[in-house]
Amino acid sequence: MPEPILQLHGLDAHYGDFQALYGVDMKVMEGEVLAIIGSNGAGKTTLMRSITGLLSNGPAQIKYRGVDISAQRADEIAVQGLAMVPEGRQLFPSLSVRENLMIGAQVGRKGPWDLDAVYKLFPILEERKDQQSTSLSGGQQQMVAIGRALMANPDLILFDEISLGLAPIIIKDIYEALPGIIGEGMSAIIVEQDISKALSVSSRVYCLQEGRVSLEGASDTVSREDISRAYFGIE
Amino acid sequence: MTLQDYNVTRSSNAARVAAILGALILITLVAAPWWAGRADMRLMGELFLYLALASLWNLMAGYAGLVSVGQQAFVGFGGYMLFALTMFAGLHPIAAIAGAGVLGALISVPVAVLIFRLRGAYFAIGTWVIAEVFRLGFAQISSLGGGSGSSLPVAIVKSLASKRAMRESISYWLALGAAVIVISAVYLFLRSRKGLALTAIRDNELAAGSLGIDIWRTKFIVYVVTSALTAMIGALIFLQKLRISPDAAFSVNDWTAFVIFIVVIGGIGTIEGPIIGTLVFFALRETLADLGTIYLIVLGVVAIVMMLKAPKGIWGLIRSRFDLQLFPLGYRVITPGKTDKS
Amino acid sequence: MDWLNAIVQGTLLGGLYALFAAGLSLIFGVMRLVNIAHGDMIILAAYLGLTVTTATGLHPLLALVLVVPTMGVIGYVLQRGLLNQTLGDDLLPPLLVTFGLSVIIQNGLLEVYSADPQKMDAGALETASVAVGGLNLGVLPVLTFAVAVAVIWGLQWTFYHTALGRAFRAVSDNQDIAQLMGLNRRHIFGVAMALALGVTAIAGILLGIRTSFDPSIGGGRLIFGFEAVIIGGLGNLWGTLVGGVILGVAQTVGAKIDPGWQILSGHLAFLLILAIRPNGLFPRIS
Ligand SMILES: Nc1ncnc2c1ncn2[C@@H]1O[C@H](COP(=O)(O)OP(=O)(O)OP(=O)(O)O)[C@@H](O)[C@H]1O
Ligand SMILES: [Mg+2]
Repeated sequence: MPEPILQLHGLDAHYGDFQALYGVDMKVMEGEVLAIIGSNGAGKTTLMRSITGLLSNGPAQIKYRGVDISAQRADEIAVQGLAMVPEGRQLFPSLSVRENLMIGAQVGRKGPWDLDAVYKLFPILEERKDQQSTSLSGGQQQMVAIGRALMANPDLILFDEISLGLAPIIIKDIYEALPGIIGEGMSAIIVEQDISKALSVSSRVYCLQEGRVSLEGASDTVSREDISRAYFGIE
Repeated sequence: MTLQDYNVTRSSNAARVAAILGALILITLVAAPWWAGRADMRLMGELFLYLALASLWNLMAGYAGLVSVGQQAFVGFGGYMLFALTMFAGLHPIAAIAGAGVLGALISVPVAVLIFRLRGAYFAIGTWVIAEVFRLGFAQISSLGGGSGSSLPVAIVKSLASKRAMRESISYWLALGAAVIVISAVYLFLRSRKGLALTAIRDNELAAGSLGIDIWRTKFIVYVVTSALTAMIGALIFLQKLRISPDAAFSVNDWTAFVIFIVVIGGIGTIEGPIIGTLVFFALRETLADLGTIYLIVLGVVAIVMMLKAPKGIWGLIRSRFDLQLFPLGYRVITPGKTDKS
Repeated sequence: MDWLNAIVQGTLLGGLYALFAAGLSLIFGVMRLVNIAHGDMIILAAYLGLTVTTATGLHPLLALVLVVPTMGVIGYVLQRGLLNQTLGDDLLPPLLVTFGLSVIIQNGLLEVYSADPQKMDAGALETASVAVGGLNLGVLPVLTFAVAVAVIWGLQWTFYHTALGRAFRAVSDNQDIAQLMGLNRRHIFGVAMALALGVTAIAGILLGIRTSFDPSIGGGRLIFGFEAVIIGGLGNLWGTLVGGVILGVAQTVGAKIDPGWQILSGHLAFLLILAIRPNGLFPRIS
C-alpha cells in the first residue's frame, strides 16, 4: 500500500474577505499522477498556491510526507521537493533561458535532472540558452518553465494549465513528453481545463467547483455525465 | 424593510457634537488674548501653524499620494517673500502674506512640471532637491542678507500694529485663522468632486484612471494649492520670528520632519489625524524637549513603531474602537434599529 | 587649462558620488526600496571609521577591513529586523520608516560624537599628488575614482555572473516565483542591504578622508547619490558612474564660476537633465 505524499484536510483559502476554497480534502499517492479539473475561477490555481506555500493556510491543513507544512514558507517547502510549473509560465524576464533553468536547481536537490537532461528533453532550449526568456515563443517558454521545475528534482510536481495559450500541436508535443518527465517515482498534480487531456495522463481526477471538491474518482471510470455535472454544477 | 427605512447621511451624532464643541473651542481660542499669557499665546500660535502645515502635508501624502520631504521649500520661500515684499515692494505685511501665497503658487508650477516626472519615493527626494536649490539660491541674494539672513525692519513690524501686545494678538489670530482656513479648505476640498476623485486615486490608481479621472491634473492642482498655502504659512511663521536665514527657512527638520511625525502619529489620510498629532507632538515637546537629541531619537522611534504597528495612527486606533468620524467625508447608510456603521 | 583642471577634478569627484549612489541603486534594483537614511548611513560609516582609526591607530583605508563588515551586518540586521516589514504595495511605510531612521541615526551620532566637524587622518595620502600632462592630480581623488570603478564593476559582475546576482534579479522580477525556487526573499533582501551598506562603508571612509564631516550632512550625500542615480538612469550601475561624473563636473565647473555656486550648479544640472531626459541617460528600469 503506497503512502500518500500529500494530504489536504479541510483546506480553506481566502483573498481578503473573499473565500476561494472551502474545506478541500485531497490525497496524492506516492508515484501517482492526479488531475484537477474545473471551470474558470473554480479555485484550481488557488489550490496550487496554497499547497506551495504562496498563500497562508490554517494549521494542520496540508501534510507533505506526513509532516504538517501548513505554516511553512514557500521556499522551505520547495527545498523538500515540491515544485510547480505556474500558470502563465512566469519566467524571470531578467534571466536568460539558461539562468531560468539554473535557478530551478537553487534548492540543491540531487537527482536525474540537470541542464544536460533538460536540453536533451527540449533541444531547442540549448540553442536558445543565452537568449532572454521573454524572446522565446509561448511553447518554448512553457518548456523553460517545465525545465525550471524539473531542475529542482522534485518528488511532487504541480502543473498549472500548461496548455493555456499554446497552439494544439505544441500542446500535443508537451503532453507526449509528460510521461517521460513524470516517470521514475515522481508524483504529479496536473491542473487542466482540457478534460480529456487531463484524464489521459492521470490515474485519478478531482473536480473543483466554486472552491469545493465536486467530484473524485478514477480517471478511467468517471463518466462524462458525472464530469459535466461536477464541472458546471448542472443537476 | 423598504427602501424608505434607510437613511443616507453624511453626518452622525458624533460629528454634530464635534461641530458644536468645535465652535465653542474656536470662540474660546479667539478670545485667548484676554485670558492667556504671552508665552502661552506664542506657543499656541506656533501650534496652529504646525497644525496647518501638517494638514497640508497630509492632504498631499495621505490623499494625493504625493509624499514630499521638501515642504521646507515653500515654507522658506513664503518667509523670504514676506521679507522681500515688505522691504522692497513696500507692501503691508498682511498683503505680503497673500502675495507670498500667489508667488508660491506661481513658482510651484514649474517645480511640479519637473518633479512630477519622478515616481514614488524618488518624487520625495526630488522635492528635497528643490528645497536645497531654494536654500542655496536665497543664500546668494545679498540684499536679503545672503547666507547669514536678515531681520524684519522695525518700521515694517510696527506697521502691523504700533503696540507690542496688539502685534502679538494679531499674529496669534493670524495663526489661528490660518489653521482654521487650512483645515476648512482641506475638508471642503475633500468633500468636493475633485476631492472624491482624489480619494479614488489613493485607493486605486488604476481604477481611477479607467474611470476617466485625470490623475496627473488632480495631483498637480493639489500640489499647487498646497504649495501656495504652505508659502503663506511660511510667511506667517517668519512674521512671528522676525528674522530669517536660509538655514532656518529651509530646515528639513523643522518644517518637514516634525510635520511628518505629527501626521504619522496622529493618523495619515484622515482630517482628524493632524489635529491629534499636533497636540501629541507639542505635549511631547514641552515635556521632553530638555532631553535634546534624545527627544528627537524618541520621536523617530515612535514614528517607526507607529508606522509598523498602527499605520493609521492614534486617530485610526480611536476610530476602529469607537467608529467615530468628526469630519464626515463618506456617506453612511443608516438602517433603523442599527447603530451607525460606515 | 584651468577649465580642463576643473573638469578633471569634477570627474574624479564623480567617483565619490557614484559610490554614494551605487548602494542606493542596488537596493532599488533588488527590492524597489528607496532608503531615505542612505546618506546618514554614509556618515555613520565615516564615524565608525573615525572610531576605529582613533582606537587602533590604523590607517583609515585599513579601517575598511573592520568598517565594511560592520556596516554589512548592520544592513542585514536592519533589513530583516525592520525594513522587510515595510515592503509591499504601499509606498508610505518604507519611505517614512527610513525617514525615521534618518532622524534616529543623525541624532544618535550627535549624541555620541557631538556636532563638531571631524576628519580622518590619512597622512601623506591626503596631500600626495602626481603631475599628469600639466595637471596636478591628487592621489586620493584618483584612488577614489579607481575604487568607484572597481566597486561598480564588482557589483555588475556579481549581478550578472553569480548565483547571488541571479537570485537578486529573480527576486526583483517576481518575488512569489522566486520563493518557489527555494529563495527566501527576506534573506536575499538582507544580503542586498548588507552589500549596499558595505559599499556605503567604502563611500563613508573615502568621504571622511577627503573632507570634514558632521552628523548633519547625511541628507546632502543622499541627494548627491540620488541625483547620480537619476541622471544615469534607474537600474543601470554604469549609468550611475556617468551620473556621478556629470554631477561632479557640474559642481567643480560651477565653483570655478563662483565658489558659492558649487552645490547649486550640481542641482541645476540634475534638474536640467530631468527636464530633457526624464528617465535619465541610460535607463534600465521603467
Ligand atoms: N489575488 C486574488 N485576489 C482576489 N481574488 C482572487 C485572486 N486570485 C484569484 N481570486 C479569485 O479566486 C477565485 C478562484 O481563482 P483561481 O485563480 O484559483 O481559479 P482557477 O480555477 O485557477 O481559474 P482559471 O481556470 O481561470 O485559472 C476566483 O473567483 C478569483 O476571482
Ligand atoms: Mg488558474
